[in-house]
Amino acid sequence: MDKTEKKYIEMYRKMWLIRTFDENARDLLMKNEMRGGTHVYIGEEAIAVGVCSALEKEDYITSTHRGHGHCLAKEGDPNKMMAELLGRTTGYCKGKGGSMHIADLEQGNLGANGIVGGGIGLATGAAFACKYREDENVAVCFFGDGAINQGVFYEAANMAALWKLPVIYVCERNQFAEFSYSEWYYGDQDLTKRTEPFGFKGVEVDGNDLLAVYELATDLVSRARKGEGPFFVVANTYRIYGHTVGDPLTYRKPGEVDIWKDKDHDPILKFKSYLLRGEILSEDAAEQIEHDAREVINSAVDFAKASPHPTIDSLLEDLYVE
Amino acid sequence: MSERIIEFREALNEALLEEMAHDENVFIMGEDVGKYGGVLKISRGVQEKFGEKRAVDTPIAELGFTSIGVGAALAGLRPIVELMYIDFTGLAMDPIINQAAKARYMFGGKAKVPLVIRTQGGAGRGNAAQHSQSLEAWYVHIPGLIVIQPSTPYDAKGLLKSAIRNDNPIIFIENKLLYNTKGAVPEEEYLIPIGKADVKREGKDLTIVATSRMVLFALNAAEKLAEQGIDAEVIDPRTLKPLDMETIGNSVRKTHHMVIVNEGVKTGGYAAEVMARSYEEVFDYLDAPIVRVTTEDVVIPYSGVLELGAMPSEEKIIEAARGFLAK
Repeated sequence: MDKTEKKYIEMYRKMWLIRTFDENARDLLMKNEMRGGTHVYIGEEAIAVGVCSALEKEDYITSTHRGHGHCLAKEGDPNKMMAELLGRTTGYCKGKGGSMHIADLEQGNLGANGIVGGGIGLATGAAFACKYREDENVAVCFFGDGAINQGVFYEAANMAALWKLPVIYVCERNQFAEFSYSEWYYGDQDLTKRTEPFGFKGVEVDGNDLLAVYELATDLVSRARKGEGPFFVVANTYRIYGHTVGDPLTYRKPGEVDIWKDKDHDPILKFKSYLLRGEILSEDAAEQIEHDAREVINSAVDFAKASPHPTIDSLLEDLYVE
Repeated sequence: MSERIIEFREALNEALLEEMAHDENVFIMGEDVGKYGGVLKISRGVQEKFGEKRAVDTPIAELGFTSIGVGAALAGLRPIVELMYIDFTGLAMDPIINQAAKARYMFGGKAKVPLVIRTQGGAGRGNAAQHSQSLEAWYVHIPGLIVIQPSTPYDAKGLLKSAIRNDNPIIFIENKLLYNTKGAVPEEEYLIPIGKADVKREGKDLTIVATSRMVLFALNAAEKLAEQGIDAEVIDPRTLKPLDMETIGNSVRKTHHMVIVNEGVKTGGYAAEVMARSYEEVFDYLDAPIVRVTTEDVVIPYSGVLELGAMPSEEKIIEAARGFLAK
């Protein structure tokens, strides 16, 4: 097996990890074993995996409220993530952050964000730091097509262009902005134009086609390292589930979701058939990867459930650097 | 020790220049801070000395560049973001209160945001409604932030240097009418610890806690009160959060009377916080109710008559003190 094939199989594995993680997150929330709310990334896995597979550990990402996929794609630890979802001390944030605030600073993940568009300026600032240190690292900013109407995007994009920052803005066009179709709120449906006035028009990609995303990201990341950034990507996809777990989806067109779940649209099934066709994976090996991913996540759930809740003594810790 | 007298503005400028020389990760960004040297002239000479890379002129986009500053801090740099007027921080609320203030706690103590937001507040020079507010209470209310307001050139330099070296997000609020004031600042390097109040005048009859420019008002009032036989102690918290209640409490235990002077408006203001803390901690030592001298609950007006009339004054402080101490 050559290096490329290994990479492809790893990407396939990661997509299954994400899907299984979020299926479990949904399940835990619906069973009331988890507090608050959570937002699942099911159906959008190819974007996080395709982009993060083009990055190195030292590169930064900022994520969103729908952030489990980005964290896993950037080598996040499923045990620490699941423990955080259940509010345990072994979680990434010791139970203080929850689903919407998982960060993995060691992997360059500057965090999910509970504010729609909250990561846009942060990623731009991380790219500023990369350029300042002249270390050739880059920052990727994931955000949704609901966040694209936030003013901070245009302020940050202008400065990124002005200072030629190594930042790649990745808009995950999953077609929904909370409980609305996002297209209801666009003056112009062509989102690639949004950064055109700053001198870097966006490029569209099929966000459910893993290889298309990965190849585009690889190209843009290497160009950003050479100082040719910033870049803007509109990755078209579809949010299979609701905004939050429990969303009744009354606003969604009947039948629409079924198209996106079929083998020509689902990013995992699509990539699986590519791997089978190219004989990179056998059917059995593919099944095994899926099975192993489920095992990893099941054991993460077990780990989380067996972990302790915080004690009240920790309430005021971690607020300031002493 | 040689007594060197310099302006408040120069003291801040020295702090910046020294800290940028001290650590190459320190940089300043904001509107006109580079080529122009800062509207407030605090960053004068910084770009000449450290280049455009470390004195970064930004577009007029407070939300954007404050967010970029927070991101740069999360990624390991030590930004100083200048927000020209505290009134403009309203445009940058999300990066300040939801990102910078919360990152460390919500990420379980793993993140650091070594960011200083330098900004300027205060009324009294006819800048009117949107350039004159004293909004320190907004930031004091947010867990995760440190809030500093110096009143003298000495404190301004020592505290700004400490703020730049601190690993927490800090709101450093200057007062527009203090920039031209002068005071002794040694040539030798020094730091002032964050969270430590300073007794600006010792006295035995009355404790006046005053912040920022109000410290000057309080000191003048104290001189006049002395002529009337009232010996006031003036305490400047310098760091509004965390507040040094120990120094305030010790003073009240001695004087048994307290006046709080703060330029913010009265309702929900910083004076209310100091008052509440004092009632909680030293109520038994008070011989009379605490009196607040603050700006009226009003938009800062343009007319000098109205503006100065809305603000605290020496006379109002004297009146407050005489209310319970006139002999």
